Amino acid sequence: MLNYQLNPDIFNDDVKQEPVRLGFGKGLKAAGEANDKIVALCADLTESTQVHLFREAFPERFIEVGIAEQNLVAVASGLARAGKIPFASSYAAFNPGRNWEQVKTTVCLNDQPVKIIGSHAGISVGPDGATHQMLEDIALMRVLPNMVVVVPGDSIEAEKATRAIAENGKPCYLRLAREKTPIISVEETPFEIGKAYIVRDGYDVSLMGTGTMTYQLLVAANILSERGINAEVVHVPTIKPLDNDTILDSARRTGRVVTAEEAQINGGFGGAVSELLSEQLPTPLLRIGIQDRFGESGAPLELFDYFGLTGNHIADKVEKFVHNKAQYHREY
Amino acid sequence: MGGKLSLVQLQHKANELREDVITMLNAAGSGHTAGSLGMADILTALYFDIMNIDPKNPDWADRDVFFLSNGHTVPIQYAAMAEAGYFPKEELLTLRKLGSRLQGHPERTKLPGLENTSGPLGCGLSQAAGYAYSLQYLDDSKHRFAYVIMGDGELDEGNVWEAAMFAGKYKLSQLIAFVDRNNIQIDGTTEEVMPLGDLIGKWESFGWHVIEIDGNNIESIIDAVKIGKAVTNRPTMIIAQTIPGKGVDFMEYDCKWHGVAPNDDQAKAAMSELSTFDDKNTLGDNK
Repeated sequence: MLNYQLNPDIFNDDVKQEPVRLGFGKGLKAAGEANDKIVALCADLTESTQVHLFREAFPERFIEVGIAEQNLVAVASGLARAGKIPFASSYAAFNPGRNWEQVKTTVCLNDQPVKIIGSHAGISVGPDGATHQMLEDIALMRVLPNMVVVVPGDSIEAEKATRAIAENGKPCYLRLAREKTPIISVEETPFEIGKAYIVRDGYDVSLMGTGTMTYQLLVAANILSERGINAEVVHVPTIKPLDNDTILDSARRTGRVVTAEEAQINGGFGGAVSELLSEQLPTPLLRIGIQDRFGESGAPLELFDYFGLTGNHIADKVEKFVHNKAQYHREY
Repeated sequence: MGGKLSLVQLQHKANELREDVITMLNAAGSGHTAGSLGMADILTALYFDIMNIDPKNPDWADRDVFFLSNGHTVPIQYAAMAEAGYFPKEELLTLRKLGSRLQGHPERTKLPGLENTSGPLGCGLSQAAGYAYSLQYLDDSKHRFAYVIMGDGELDEGNVWEAAMFAGKYKLSQLIAFVDRNNIQIDGTTEEVMPLGDLIGKWESFGWHVIEIDGNNIESIIDAVKIGKAVTNRPTMIIAQTIPGKGVDFMEYDCKWHGVAPNDDQAKAAMSELSTFDDKNTLGDNK
């Protein structure tokens, strides 16, 4: 069942940590080496989005557009029409937060292979507060026809995901985080757009995570096993297209599903899994994430604790969920 | 495309496209009449004189490209494309109908020959600028040009001015833009709704070469583009003063024809007037 190679040091206190966005920066440079059609655009955030790695290697293929995210995406659309593969990068709060309609019309309806890169997503951007903590981007992007939505779990996977979206010929959204987070995979770990991976076997409950939340789920699974609950952990780096088969198989085996994301549960990853299960395999479901409210300023780890997104909080919620007999009415 | 058309032939072509627009919009029962008629001369000049295109090979790698930004005026683009041979003229009557390749606003993926998808205002200049950037800096295609038309009401959109700065910064000399300056938008005149003020000064201050012309005079349009192509250190903005509803007396200058299609009686009256084109335009001032 396991089809994901975990970092063997993942539970060590000194597990290597890197920002997911760094993997993107490396992946973009590598993609640029492999394909000279790749161009990168940025909206005055070239270093913090890690696009400077590409700019230094290929200055002639880097385009600074200034603080103008609507133009960022629509110019990228025009470049794509001219045969280029544009990566349009900024903070997720603005890209796609500011320019959703341009993404819809000039990229998705126009079906151009523009890559929307939303960095600094989620509450982990920390002290900047709610205005910069993008929590609605997954919902905004996954509702668009033609769009592919990828949320990598660590910097290694971000590098692979960047290489993959560079070559898939479709509009894509890549969601990245600012903070250093534990490396959960190794170089040999597979990544394929549209695939979910079983990273831990179990039979009592399926914990499904996207992005760096998969690490928190693995921590939670360890805590739960001490409490007699054997949790399966499913890593879902692609939210669209969703790997229905893997998700339904896991739900069928365990009979209980928990989703976790650093985003609004409504319309986000939890929303996507909820839609799938309620139509095809009604299953008791618990969605962990931001519960229909805005974020606020604080240190990233403080905020993770405050919003109940750390492994220990998740373990507590899952334990209650698993023991709540009222949820079992599965006589279909 | 064969030999070039004479000015008189181009004028007749524009009139035919106006007739097509009336027929199409009447059949569709909805659509934007005034802008489509007003822009007929610009589209005629582009498709039948200015642009280097091959309608039988719409993705021809060496073509010039045209981006329509104010997508609601697409009936005149469809009429020009059909006349140029991109698709059969009969298909014009499918405009806005279920299953048609001729969507109410242009969709690139539906109809070969369209370069972009547009309708929501303000982003066509960006798309054309992206293409022009590629021509100038990435492709080494100095002989190809990217054309774009925007409406004047469209200039209310902030995205336009982001694109204006971008094209100015990068001196996109292969970008030639038109503003269809017909002075109307849905809620009234442009100066009532949101004054555009000194458009020439605005675009010049963004680093553009600006030319103001009579946008219903085909010779002026062709000449302005020649100048624009000769300007090698900045993008060109052609502010084309047009008459909304041009060619049909009861539609000209009337805001209410912005987003309305002619009914059967109105279409008949409009066609009757357009059919007298020869009598009114025999090599007079408009030669």
